[in-house]
Amino acid sequence: MSQFAINLIFVGASFALYFGIAIWARAGSTKEYYVAGGGVHPVANGMATAADWMSAASFISMAGLLSVGYVNSSFLMGWTGGYVLLALLLAPYLRKFGKFTVPDFIGDRFYSKSARLVAVICLIIASVTYVIGQMTGAGVAFSRFLEVSSTAGIWIAAAVVFVYAVVGGMKGITYTQVAQYVVLIIAYTIPAVFISLQLTGNPIPMFGMFGTHVESGVPLLTKLNEVVADLGFRDYTADVENKLNMLLFTLSLMIGTAGLPHVIIRFFTVPKVADARWSAGWALVFIAALYLTAPAVASMARLNLINTVYPEGTSAPALEYAERPEWMKTWEETGLVRFEDKNNDGRIQMYNDKNADFAPIATERGWNGSELTVNNDIMVLANPEIAQLPGWVIGLIAAGGIAAALSTAAGLLLAISSAVSHDLIKTMIKPDISEKGELLAARSSMAVAILVATYLGLNPPGFAAQTVALAFGLAASSIFPALMMGIFSKRVNSKGAVAGMLAGLISTLLYIFTYLGWLFIPGTNMLANTPDNWLFGISPLSFGAVGAMINFTVAYAVSLSTEEPPQDIQDLVESVRTPKGAGGAIDH
Amino acid sequence: MDTDKTNAAAYWRANVRLILGSLVVWALVSYGFGIILRPMLSGIAVGGADLGFWFAQQGSIITFIAIIFHYAWRMNKLDKEFGVEE
Repeated sequence: MSQFAINLIFVGASFALYFGIAIWARAGSTKEYYVAGGGVHPVANGMATAADWMSAASFISMAGLLSVGYVNSSFLMGWTGGYVLLALLLAPYLRKFGKFTVPDFIGDRFYSKSARLVAVICLIIASVTYVIGQMTGAGVAFSRFLEVSSTAGIWIAAAVVFVYAVVGGMKGITYTQVAQYVVLIIAYTIPAVFISLQLTGNPIPMFGMFGTHVESGVPLLTKLNEVVADLGFRDYTADVENKLNMLLFTLSLMIGTAGLPHVIIRFFTVPKVADARWSAGWALVFIAALYLTAPAVASMARLNLINTVYPEGTSAPALEYAERPEWMKTWEETGLVRFEDKNNDGRIQMYNDKNADFAPIATERGWNGSELTVNNDIMVLANPEIAQLPGWVIGLIAAGGIAAALSTAAGLLLAISSAVSHDLIKTMIKPDISEKGELLAARSSMAVAILVATYLGLNPPGFAAQTVALAFGLAASSIFPALMMGIFSKRVNSKGAVAGMLAGLISTLLYIFTYLGWLFIPGTNMLANTPDNWLFGISPLSFGAVGAMINFTVAYAVSLSTEEPPQDIQDLVESVRTPKGAGGAIDH
Repeated sequence: MDTDKTNAAAYWRANVRLILGSLVVWALVSYGFGIILRPMLSGIAVGGADLGFWFAQQGSIITFIAIIFHYAWRMNKLDKEFGVEE
């Protein structure tokens, strides 16, 4: 059977499963549509949250990011540490509050339409920017594994999400996400186990990474440090100089994670406050299954790649281009692997040609620049081929990558559509809308959101790569602090909350735009985006944490100099603090 | 002040204390061992790397899971002690 047929079977079977779930889990009421009826088991919700959270970027790109070395550990700590903040500071209280959306809480707690509106705007910008990456990610996965154009891939992805998200709402999305988690974690783990066995003899990648490299008899990471140093790269485990920036970047990712609306609303679907606490723990267990494997994949794939290019060792001549393995040929066709014979010796030299100290050694060896360019995504996508695993594993990776992109896209689209139908239409524009009318509005705004996401996926704005920074920056600087103060302070009033959110939001946007260009338009940045120009060495990607601190400070200062919130609001804060009396998510 | 209110206030104080303790551990393993204190831990070797590297890549994630489950378990006990469970 051809590889194409195998991929088709795996992807087709996974789609059939998602459709089956959508039909079974049809939403009949707004409560089912927004929060899956509030009856999701905490473990199932944990699994759905993991799939919701782990996007195409986590599945395909993270191992590549980590393969740079220690410096990118921020992604590991940041994208998991946020769940501690969620579990301790937000999830249980928002579940007790018991409504449908994130702006619902901000609007009610700060008894202010402007607060609700600011929250809706932040939510929509953060979620729309995020969903673009999911649509393009799904398009890429389709085009690589199913041999269709990436445009056709995006349309197929949109159609699939349309069916189960519009029909099933949160209920359909929840149970498809559970299925998608199972698909993606199996797809990620199997190649990693085989590679770990080959290199270290240990079947568990997270232990293999710190185990002994079988071939050389020294620890795997020692071996990796040696070979990368031989080629002029920084040691894999080398420490970083700018610790302040690494700390703030990690903190921004954590606060941003805890403030992303599509993750928060998942905790509205469990039956009880105690379930929200457990569920956050389960979510992190399921996320950790991938995030503990990813650094192992990163280090092992990097070692494998160098061993492929230098089969006789890094001090011997490199591999002859004519003798390159089959997988390199396949991936050259996609452009993700590129070779240019700069010194015309027919061999593939790969080294760090940006390291001035290493230049004399390179010249001495007759090297004229690094000749192999490898896209980071290869670390996961080509892993099964590099490790010479059978064809069905490749089919599994195809289904897994698509599952990761679709599950996150669906979660984001639900967050967007519920903000539009519930917070804008039902609460602000037409409060007397009927239950049926609101359900129709929810489905229509979902359909519109999918069309917008598809359009943006087909015509990605030039700034697509930077928008993730924007999504995390917005969530960290506006949404998270407002939610936290709403629960932990009775004194913060509507004026303080609105002023704080705006201050956090605007300062973060200004800092990002100063270095990355106004609205990310190239050439409009006022300062070059280099560490020398950054304020105290803080990169624009790390500013979300600073924006959050500005938000807290402004909100408290303004609140203390204005009146106390009314008694009924203080009573509301009292009530979200104790689990007693939580019913299902209620309409108002 | 009625007893209900004093009870709720005591419950909230106990919760905040537990949260603060948990967040100290949260910050220590990630920002502490994983980033700032890494040079001080460089003497402790863990399979080809050092303890700080291990915390940054795996140890902090494992600790985060333990923090959340510990918090959920303690809070469920507090809920019952103060009679505020659902």
